Amino acid sequence: MVPITHYLMLSAILFALGALGVLINRNIISMFMCVELMLNAVNLAFIAFSRFLNQVDGQIFVFFVMIVAAAEAAVGLALIVLFFRDKSTLDVDQANSLKW
Amino acid sequence: MEHVVFYFFAGVSVIAALTVVFQSTAIYGVLSLIVCFGAMAVLFFQLGAHFLAAIQVIVYAGAIMVLFLFVTMLLDPESERFPSNRLVKTTILALPVAAFLALLLLQALAESWPTLDVGQEQTGRIETIAAYLFRDYLLPFEITSILVLAAIVGAVVLVKRSD
Repeated sequence: MVPITHYLMLSAILFALGALGVLINRNIISMFMCVELMLNAVNLAFIAFSRFLNQVDGQIFVFFVMIVAAAEAAVGLALIVLFFRDKSTLDVDQANSLKW
Repeated sequence: MEHVVFYFFAGVSVIAALTVVFQSTAIYGVLSLIVCFGAMAVLFFQLGAHFLAAIQVIVYAGAIMVLFLFVTMLLDPESERFPSNRLVKTTILALPVAAFLALLLLQALAESWPTLDVGQEQTGRIETIAAYLFRDYLLPFEITSILVLAAIVGAVVLVKRSD
């Protein structure tokens, strides 16, 4: 049996990698993918706890996280398409219309 | 055997995640993210979450990543180059931040958790999940259906706006 800490460490590493990707990428699609990676890292932690505490609730939460991620991906990609139509670029630094 | 499977697929998912973070072309990022999600589906299966492993492959690797692939190909991000000096500066600043976050999370998660594992894999069975989903979590389930409907309508309205 692989100990729970190893799953949690993998989850933490993937989450930190996702956060790093959000910070260093300027391509808006890459940033969005790194957010998905962070969501998945959290899902892994939920499922590991669910297994080792022998409770189903963690898996139900993962189910809801997946639904919200799907909804977020649909709306987010629509916004990316709009952004690209408006600015003809995917560089997030060009999204500065609210900055004076 | 179980250890071999875990460490192999954990390594695959970390390498694929590194490729997602440090890739220079977005399309390779999408493809390696699919690999990462596939490896994590194996880990879900290993943890006894059979239903969620299937959902991970069908919904995440299947539907969501295909959506990403479509948008990436539609918008053609390879046609533009990002100035590299600014990228180096942000990377130097972001690496310590991410390392600190990783250390913090490892510190928080690596304490000795009580292992109540009793050996049987009842929790991931689809009957168990369905019973919880439609009995204890019925109201959140119905609310998410409204959320998904709103997301569909929102996406269509946003993109179809013809001006």
